[in-house]
Formats: sequence, structure tokens, C-alpha cells
Amino acid sequence: MPAGDAEVPISSDQEIVVARQKGRAMAMELGFSSVDATLIATAISELARNIVSYARSGKILLRRVQGSSRVGILVVASDEGPGIPDVQQALRDGFSTSGSLGLGLPGVRRLMDEFTITSQPGRGTTVTVKKWKQ
Amino acid sequence: MAKRESSTQVATTRHSQAVNLASSEASSELLRELVAHLRQNRTQLREEWVSRIAETRLLTAMTKEEIFAEATSVYDSYVEALETETFEALQAYARNLSERIIPRGVETHEVVGIVLLLRDVLARSLFAKYQADFNKLNRILDAYEPAANRIANTVAVGFVQERERVIRQQQEAIRELSTPVLQVRERLLILPIIGVIDPQRARQLTEQLLRGIRTNRAKVVVIDITGVAAMDATVANHLVQTVEASRLLGATVIVTGLSPEIAQTLVTIGVDLGKMNTVGDLQGGIEQAERLLGYKVIPSTEPR
Amino acid sequence: MEVPILKQGKFLIATFQAALSDADLNQLRVGLVRQVVKLRSQAVIVDVTAMDVMDSFASRTLREIAHMIRLRGAETVIVGIQPEVAFAMVQLGLTLEGVATALDLEEGLAYLNERFKPTN
Repeated sequence: MPAGDAEVPISSDQEIVVARQKGRAMAMELGFSSVDATLIATAISELARNIVSYARSGKILLRRVQGSSRVGILVVASDEGPGIPDVQQALRDGFSTSGSLGLGLPGVRRLMDEFTITSQPGRGTTVTVKKWKQ
Repeated sequence: MAKRESSTQVATTRHSQAVNLASSEASSELLRELVAHLRQNRTQLREEWVSRIAETRLLTAMTKEEIFAEATSVYDSYVEALETETFEALQAYARNLSERIIPRGVETHEVVGIVLLLRDVLARSLFAKYQADFNKLNRILDAYEPAANRIANTVAVGFVQERERVIRQQQEAIRELSTPVLQVRERLLILPIIGVIDPQRARQLTEQLLRGIRTNRAKVVVIDITGVAAMDATVANHLVQTVEASRLLGATVIVTGLSPEIAQTLVTIGVDLGKMNTVGDLQGGIEQAERLLGYKVIPSTEPR
Repeated sequence: MEVPILKQGKFLIATFQAALSDADLNQLRVGLVRQVVKLRSQAVIVDVTAMDVMDSFASRTLREIAHMIRLRGAETVIVGIQPEVAFAMVQLGLTLEGVATALDLEEGLAYLNERFKPTN
């Protein structure tokens, strides 16, 4: 693993806290404001939570990234779970986590700057998000 | 067919890997040699560098003593980066240095200039040392140049990044000044918003307001948008989020000055205006706020 | 993780810590309700000042706590949500709708004392 990467295996709710604490620490190290570090930690918490709730196990990768004139943090949440049958639906706003079902993906997208998701039913899901330091 | 090609590819890859390994070993050794030379001649090379800096009239914002002190650190960091072939320490040092000299008025061309001067001074000393052995000189320079270029790059980029950060900070401070959160009474904050709000400013407003609620222990906030002509859906969302976030901090928000256009935008994004506390104008909003806070409005004619 | 639950007159004050796991939150939910019943409290103040992240599960648990405590005839006030945490929560659409909130413990107590003031 390249220096500066952190990978957290997610298989229980305890690791949700570990993943988000590592994320916050990395964000602070990169010089993100306290507010942004909280947004990042919250997004990681939600992504890790989805893994635990729907896929039982997976992993979260945290990585520093370099843009042309700025630094950022990359978070990749991946699992080999059942996958999301209708990704478009999951991304539609209104599909929030305050309801009973809901992956909170629109919320995670709002918290971060970049967001991509790939999911195949039966194969798993990978959500990649990035936030750049202002 | 494919199999044979791939086995040739493997053989070629292995060969070039071997060559790379050999040449990187050799260049590591050469680097060690030149690092030793640079360390041995540290005092003299550093002095030469400092006098070149003075000659070319760079770093005029700094005193001779300061230049000497920084030159020493830069020299040592430079040699260390050459030696370890890692650049994190140098990057950190560059940022640190930039943080110190930017407030002094040092500019980008000066920083780039002095690093290139150092590169020259060291390169010339290598020429002088190895001029008798042309082949060796070539190999030494082959080892030195990429590392030296990377160092120059690292320092320059570090400086520029720090400068950009400072500029952004200043811009942020200006934005903050232009959007005051006013404490009018105990527990009552007023946030008058004037002009154009883009999503970035909207977000900054929210952050400022939330901090203000905590600092001032506000129980009611009046957000006046009389001075806002129009609002797109993104900014309207921010307004709604601001109201919701304020409530999480125990504060009630009253929105005043809502134009019909903005009211329409809010409805379009799905806001239930019935649930939002809105009053026509700022004055009315303040009065309602005072009522909420339990202030009794005593008419001046009432006998004491 | 042990979460301290203090009794203050007719009120209970539960101070949540920073890194509570889901299991901790679940235990809390059960424990708090039990205490309310046992001590016949009128209200519970849940102080989340130390929580640096409030995600969907934490938010849902707080709403469930408030709901269950209401079923026992008592009130819940959430206090101490930090500005940045509030900001992140609303981005995720977590508004704690239906649950009373106050700035901090002092405000929470003031609110409850006002609510449960004996009427003359």
C-alpha cells in the first residue's frame, strides 16, 4: 500500500467508528478545516454503515490525493455484497437516511465534492468520494 | 501466438527491470558520493550561495543574518533530500519556510531564484571536482540533475501553495467582514443578507451563523433577505439547511423579507412554507422575535 | 462504554461520549428508558457535546429514545450539538424532527424548569 494510505476492514459496527476517526485524523493532517473534517468523517460513517447494514463486510480505503494546485482526501467504500438493484433510485433525493430504508447516498454526495458509484447486483458496490481542501 | 508474445514480453520486462536495478544501484552510490562531497564542503558552498543571493539582490526583505540562518536550513534540507531521495521532509520544510517569509513580503520569483542559485552553486562545485574524469562527471550529473530538479520543484510548489492558501484566507476574511452577524439584543441575532449569494458564500454564512448562535447563546435568529433579489435552488436549499441546523442548536429562525419570487423557489424545491417561520419585513420579524423571547413591549405612555 | 446518567431533581442527564458504537447506543436506549421508569423522571436531557460525528444511526437512536421516553410520559431534550455537527447533519437530511433541542445543558435545564414550573 502506498505510504499515506489507510485501509479499514469493515465487518461490524465497531469499525465504523475506527474508519471515521481515521478519516478525521487524515483530514486534519491534510489541513482541512474542522468543519470539513467533520463532513468527511460523517460521510465515512454513513458509507461504512451501509457496508455493515447491507453487505455484512467490506472495506474503506482512505488516501491523500494531489490535484494541480490543491490536496484532497479520497475515500473508497467497497464491498462484495448484494449490490444496489436501482442505483438511480438510490441517488434520488428524498431517499434519505432519516426514513427506515435508505442508503443516505444523496446526503453523502452533498457532503463531499466528488462522488461516483458502481454497483452490480450479486457482485457488490463501490462508492468513491473525494473532498478537496479549499 | 498470444502466449509466445507474452513470454517475450516477460523476458523483456525482466531484462529492463534488471537494467533499471543496476542503474538505480549505481546512481544511488553516486548520489551517496556527491552528498558526502556536499556535506564536506558545506561551509564554503553555503557562503558562496549566500553571496550569490546578495549579488543578484534577492530576498531584500530579509536581513543578512536571517538569510544566513535560512540558507543553512535550506542547504541542509537540500542535501538531506538528495541523500534520502524522499521529499516529504523537504515539502514540510518548504511550507514552514513559506509560512514565515510570505508575511515578510518575499515573492515567488525570489524563492525560485535562490533555489536555482543553490542548484547552480552545487552543480559548479561538482564540475570543479570531477572535471578530470569526464565520464564520471557525466554519471554524477545524471544522478544529481533529476533529484535537484525535483527539489527545486518541491520548494517552488510548496511556496506557491502556501501563498495561495494565504490569499484564500484573506478572501475569506473579507467575505466574513462583509456579512456581519449582529447581536441586537441578548439572545437575538440578526443576519441581514444583501446582494448576490453564491453557494460558497451561502455555506460560509451558515457556518458563521451557527458559530454566532453558540457564542452569543442566541435563542432567536432573524434572517433578513429583503436585499436578496433572487435565489437559485442550491442557495435556497442552503437557507433551509441553515434554518434546520439553527434549530439543532436550540435557536428559532424567523425569515423576513421573502419576496414572491424566492417564495416560489422555495416551494419548487419542496419546502413547506407553512412550516417555515416567515414575517413580511425586518421590523415585524424583530418584534416577533422579542415576543418569542418574552420581552414585553412597554408603550412609553404607561405609568410606572 | 459507560455513559454517566445523573439525576437532577425530577430530571435525568445523560452525557454521551465521543466514540459510541452502535451497540453502546442500543444499550443506552434501553437503559435510559428503564431509569426514567424507575426514578419516575419528568424529563431526560441528552448531552451530546462530546459527539464529534452524528450519523444516521445516532440520529435515529436519539429520535427513538425521545419517542420511547414520551410513551412513558416524560420529555427529552437534546443539548450540545456542535455547529459543525449540525451542519453535517442537515446535509444528510438528519433534522431530529419532533425532538426538542437546546444549546447546552444550562439552556436545556432552563427550558425544562420553565416547562415544569408549578403553576400558581
